[in-house]
Amino acid sequence: MGLIRQVFIITAKDLRAELRTKEAVNAALAFAVMILVLFSFAFDPEEATTQMISGGLLWIVFAFAGTLVLNRSFARELPNDCLDALVAAPVSGAVLFLGKALANYLLVTAVELVALPVFGILYNVRWYRQFWPVMLVLVLGTWGITVIGTIFSALTVNIRLREVMLPMLTYPMLVPALMGAMRLTTDLVQGKPIDDDSAVWLKLLVSFDVVYTAVSLLLVETVLVG
Amino acid sequence: MRDKILYGLGVLAFLILARDIYAIARFPAEANQGYAFKILFFHLPAWAAAGTAVTTALVTSVMFLVTKNFKYDATAVAATEVGVAFISVGLVTGSIWGRVIWGIWWTWDARLTSALVLWLLYAGYLMLRHAVEEPTQRATFGAVFSIFAFIDVPIVYFSIRWWRTQHPSPVFFSSTGSFPPDWSAVMLWNILAIVMLAVVIVAVRLRQEETQREIDHLRRLAHAF
Repeated sequence: MGLIRQVFIITAKDLRAELRTKEAVNAALAFAVMILVLFSFAFDPEEATTQMISGGLLWIVFAFAGTLVLNRSFARELPNDCLDALVAAPVSGAVLFLGKALANYLLVTAVELVALPVFGILYNVRWYRQFWPVMLVLVLGTWGITVIGTIFSALTVNIRLREVMLPMLTYPMLVPALMGAMRLTTDLVQGKPIDDDSAVWLKLLVSFDVVYTAVSLLLVETVLVG
Repeated sequence: MRDKILYGLGVLAFLILARDIYAIARFPAEANQGYAFKILFFHLPAWAAAGTAVTTALVTSVMFLVTKNFKYDATAVAATEVGVAFISVGLVTGSIWGRVIWGIWWTWDARLTSALVLWLLYAGYLMLRHAVEEPTQRATFGAVFSIFAFIDVPIVYFSIRWWRTQHPSPVFFSSTGSFPPDWSAVMLWNILAIVMLAVVIVAVRLRQEETQREIDHLRRLAHAF
């Protein structure tokens, strides 16, 4: 069985399990909308003000809502000792990690794609003027959140205070990725194209994704098996 | 033997420190900064000690994953705890200096932000260890997290540098520096003294950790009978 097929089977299994209950996705969506509503009290929600902080606002929403999805990723395997079965399955830790990361990635992206238009409607912001560049930032930033979130989801699954530990560990780690994504999103929503100045943030996002995907693939076997 | 070396090192560190404090106290006020610059004689050594500690933590974490020898895990946790303490000293002394010279306690500058993220990451490491019960798992997870944390800090540092910086550039040991040579000498001695102090504290903490492990081991043996 090819590696890609193995990854795909793990992803399909995770998506099937999640879509049958929809517990993580529903919670994340409700949470995202709730934070968006709460932010309207934090500042004067006029279009110009909102555009200026849109990157920060959106990525805080994405990171918070994403954590809810990522928390469930490995916790879902705890009942009936499914995690032990998965680890014992004849696939490598890296395949397991990639499969789960891909499933999480699709779920988090789905939540973001709903939250983004909701943000646009509630705050009267035309974020779609540079649609494809925004999507590019979304794709890169979300992979950063997902890859860190998945590896730490595996790390925290069996420990006390799991729900608290995951964001405590991931948010400081995500600082460079979130910062790049926030800067780029703010620029794009304000109508500035990606120029030489902001290209450096794009490079940062790409290198963050590459470095942490590589380190995670290297260490995931250690985390899962010991 | 190990104890004697430790005590010796500790006493030596205190002697150098006492001599340095005496010298620093007698320095005249600096032209632009008045007396506030004197805190730098502790700020920079604290960061040197913190840097040494977290690098030790990285090396011993990798060593633990390779050898599975718990001696390395104990060293990693001892070094990280001392590292967090010295990062706190660095943050606090820097903040006091900033209040006097800049008029503000804090600014979101490259060094300050990355230092704060460093503190958050290693505080997270200590909390992660507290949350894991099983010793092998605790050591493994700690080591993995330590590696992740160490990679993150340079990335944070360089990324924030791209858009704002306020922290002064080095004045000691650099060609653009304007500090008199005898001040630089005291700074060097103070770095040596405080790094030595950090080494002693790590060693003491390491012994505590080893004793704790021995007690746990004996307790398990007692339960086995």
